[in-house]
Amino acid sequence: MEASQFKSDQYVRFCPGCGDHAICMALQKAMAQIGIPTHQVAVISGIGCSSRMPHYLNTYGFNTIHGRGGAIATGVKTSHPELTVWQMSGDGDCLAIGGNHFIHEIRRNVDLNVCMFNNRIYGLTKGQYSPTSPKGFVSKSSPFGTVERPFIPAELVLGARGTFFARTLDVDVPTTVDCMVAAQQHKGCSIVECLVNCVIFNNGTHAWIADREQRAEHSIILKHGEKMIFGANNDKGLAIEIDPQTFVPRLIVVPADDARVLVHDAHQQDPTLHRLLALMGQERNLEVAADVQDELPIALGVIRDVEAPTYDAAVNEQIQNVRASAKAHTFDELTATLEQWS
Amino acid sequence: MQNIVVRFCGDSGDGMQLTGNMFAQLAAEMGHEISTLPDFPAEIRAPQGTLGGVSAFQVELGKEVYTSGDKADVVVAMNAAALKVCALGSHFNHPQAHFDDDFSLFHRNAILIVDTDSLSDKDLEKAQFHTANPFEELGIPESVQIVPVALTTLTKEALKESGMDNKSVLKCRNMFALGLIYWLFDEPMEKAIHLLEEKFKKKPALVAPNTKVMVDGYNYGQNLALSVNQIHLSAEGGLGHTWKRSVNDSGLGHTRKRSSFTSIAGNKATAWGLIAAAEKAGKRLFLGSYPITPATDILHELAARKDMNVMAIQAEDEIAGVCTAIGAAFAGDLACTSTSGPGLSLKSEAIGLAVMAELPLVVIDVQRGGPSTGLPTKTEQTDLLQALYGRNGECPAVVIAASSSANCFDFAYQACKIALENMTPVILMTDTYLANGTALWRIPKLADLPAIQPQSVPEELKGHYNPAIRDARGVRYWAYPGMEGYEHRNIGLERDAEKGTISTNPENHEQMVLARKHKIEQIADQIPELKVINGQMVNEQMVNKDTLLVGWGSTEGHLHAAANELGCDLAHFNYICPLPKNTREVLSQYKRIIVCELNTGQFASYLRAQFPDLKIEQYNEIQGQPFAVERIVNFVKKS
Repeated sequence: MEASQFKSDQYVRFCPGCGDHAICMALQKAMAQIGIPTHQVAVISGIGCSSRMPHYLNTYGFNTIHGRGGAIATGVKTSHPELTVWQMSGDGDCLAIGGNHFIHEIRRNVDLNVCMFNNRIYGLTKGQYSPTSPKGFVSKSSPFGTVERPFIPAELVLGARGTFFARTLDVDVPTTVDCMVAAQQHKGCSIVECLVNCVIFNNGTHAWIADREQRAEHSIILKHGEKMIFGANNDKGLAIEIDPQTFVPRLIVVPADDARVLVHDAHQQDPTLHRLLALMGQERNLEVAADVQDELPIALGVIRDVEAPTYDAAVNEQIQNVRASAKAHTFDELTATLEQWS
Repeated sequence: MQNIVVRFCGDSGDGMQLTGNMFAQLAAEMGHEISTLPDFPAEIRAPQGTLGGVSAFQVELGKEVYTSGDKADVVVAMNAAALKVCALGSHFNHPQAHFDDDFSLFHRNAILIVDTDSLSDKDLEKAQFHTANPFEELGIPESVQIVPVALTTLTKEALKESGMDNKSVLKCRNMFALGLIYWLFDEPMEKAIHLLEEKFKKKPALVAPNTKVMVDGYNYGQNLALSVNQIHLSAEGGLGHTWKRSVNDSGLGHTRKRSSFTSIAGNKATAWGLIAAAEKAGKRLFLGSYPITPATDILHELAARKDMNVMAIQAEDEIAGVCTAIGAAFAGDLACTSTSGPGLSLKSEAIGLAVMAELPLVVIDVQRGGPSTGLPTKTEQTDLLQALYGRNGECPAVVIAASSSANCFDFAYQACKIALENMTPVILMTDTYLANGTALWRIPKLADLPAIQPQSVPEELKGHYNPAIRDARGVRYWAYPGMEGYEHRNIGLERDAEKGTISTNPENHEQMVLARKHKIEQIADQIPELKVINGQMVNEQMVNKDTLLVGWGSTEGHLHAAANELGCDLAHFNYICPLPKNTREVLSQYKRIIVCELNTGQFASYLRAQFPDLKIEQYNEIQGQPFAVERIVNFVKKS
């Protein structure tokens, strides 16, 4: 299929220069690559800039209320597992007002493809700090800087026993498309953290890796089965070592030809290494004034992709199993089982 | 003798609900009409033997049973605390309180069966008695016939050869009391034993000891020839008030010549109404819910009905309960959510989304005492204004109310029919009294229930569909994911009346507000007209033909009984928004209109807003209990 088949007739109203434009384009490309017909795709969103996305996709769409996209998407997918269901959400919609639904859709492993647009700001309400804004962040609702500790989304996903986590960057469309396609192929709750720039209220929030000159040195694109190599000259690799004093495992940067360079295994059930990879470079997002000397790159691509039973399939299977052995299948058969008299 | 009210009361752990239910079920099976009132504390297990831990079950049986009864004619009190609570009613905590006709839960000429083994000094102390003679201390009138029975000793005696431990033996005390009550009403033991076997089907080891104790209780009554006369009720086929009203008022009109009956609790009847509607509509039933007293039994029942292809989801919170349902509705299912008042508050925003997105959704509010956590296990009608208006913006939804435990079935069915045919949320109001109470239910056949034709979409809209296109009634067409050529974007934002896309145009917004309002109003064409119930003039001296009692929801039985005593008419509403088309016509025929509700006057104020020219009086009680017929009658006579 062609990306154009997934474009709706609506004029795209993201601000000029907003990272959401690129995500929208990547999503249309990914949907075309996946090739599921438009009428079998439902895109559910809450409220926020990201949640406008369904309007620009020529599929079934539902732009709902703030934070509840996850619960509504769970209802769509569980009742109709034959549909492909996407959820569009942001760091406020997903991690603040919708936090409860977010952790529970992950815990249950509902087969949803969740794009969580992280721009570390509330854009649609014109610039308040979000649960991913670094501590000390000055915004309209935190004129003296926030005093809150932020979430690291990956940590939340793994803490909720997530089976799929990918991270991508608005300006890197090929990686975004790859992550979205992988999210669709994964059976279970797939979280794709899309790092997007809010050109109006939080411009440059991801500049550390978004700047073209720095990106190769500051980020690594993980691919299952491939060596973890990065750098402008592909001269660096990632290895693991155990701190001899604390016995805490940590990742280190080694030369690309070092025998210790790790090979990425996204399918490993044990989340320990996935967590280390997902947390690389995240300290610099925790505080505005963070003085980070760390040379570890920020991980992009599919970090975790493991198999587990899905909620929607299990719910439907249980119904089918009970029905297969049940005596009554209709209302009249059911009432016939009652203790009754005339 | 016509009607009798029996009250079983004891400690939370004494099995009073089971005992009462078994008695009520046998009574129904023997052809009596029944109405029951389980009355239990909010705590699962309060300290044993204390006043706070008293659990009771009341049933009225006989002919023309309208309510579960104001006061008991026969009482079984399993301990000192139960005796006190029953004798003093809501005054049980007052240090100087005595038996008082206004508060006692039994009549002056009642039969009072008391376990004398549970009146030891320790028992009396736990129940805050100060003397050794509880009957005297409570001032129980001499006209009350006290039947002292050493229930505990006799139960131990009955099971002395069973080899059971003491704790298990004591758990069978309630069956001795039940056997005794069966003797009192001269119920057949074979049926009672059969019923017991059914109840303990999953615990076969308990059948023999419980049967032994129950039969011993029966024989105790027979052999000792207690100084009590047996009570003989006339049973006339069971074709009573309860089911007749449920058929007529719901407008379902499913009359059948040959009928079968069972007894059913309101929550189960509600769940089964949804199941029947889904099958009739050809839709899969989806329930998104979260545990909350007193609505949880609907979730329990539907979670167990996978054989009926029901998908019941226990969500992470109340909001997710309604939101998963909205998702299922968006995807084409018959979607429901069940809750009580606090949950309805949490669901408000999402119900607004369903109004805006014009999706069918059934919201069941089993009302309890409020506000906030309030009285979780008690009954009240205080959510009416919340159901009508508790959402942001101009946000009309259909509101209907069941009025008996049995007709919860009919109105759950009607809620689904209205929702699916009109693309709107429907809020179905029941309450603790209906939900936990049981009544005789005439079992319908699916074929006899009215057709449900869910809104669909015409073939010619394929390729041109949008969610703003309406039929001649003003109801939008329903297309959902999976249907090729009807892809669209639904929204909680205001939409363009023509294109269905986001619009902030001022005139368009007004047009859309009115279109949604009109859609609800036109439903008045689909519901039955209001029928006045004529009081049967029990007392020929009192004829108040100029007076109209008005009620809604669960109070119908009490108001009907009051109308009979007063010889006046009753207009009882099941359809609240929209109101039946002839409402004004009916109300305006009376000089006195008295709206009786278990709140401070919510329906009264709603009617005043609709009909500002009518003079509307009100009678209200807000004690977490059903009406007492006597108090309504006194109010109308005195005012």
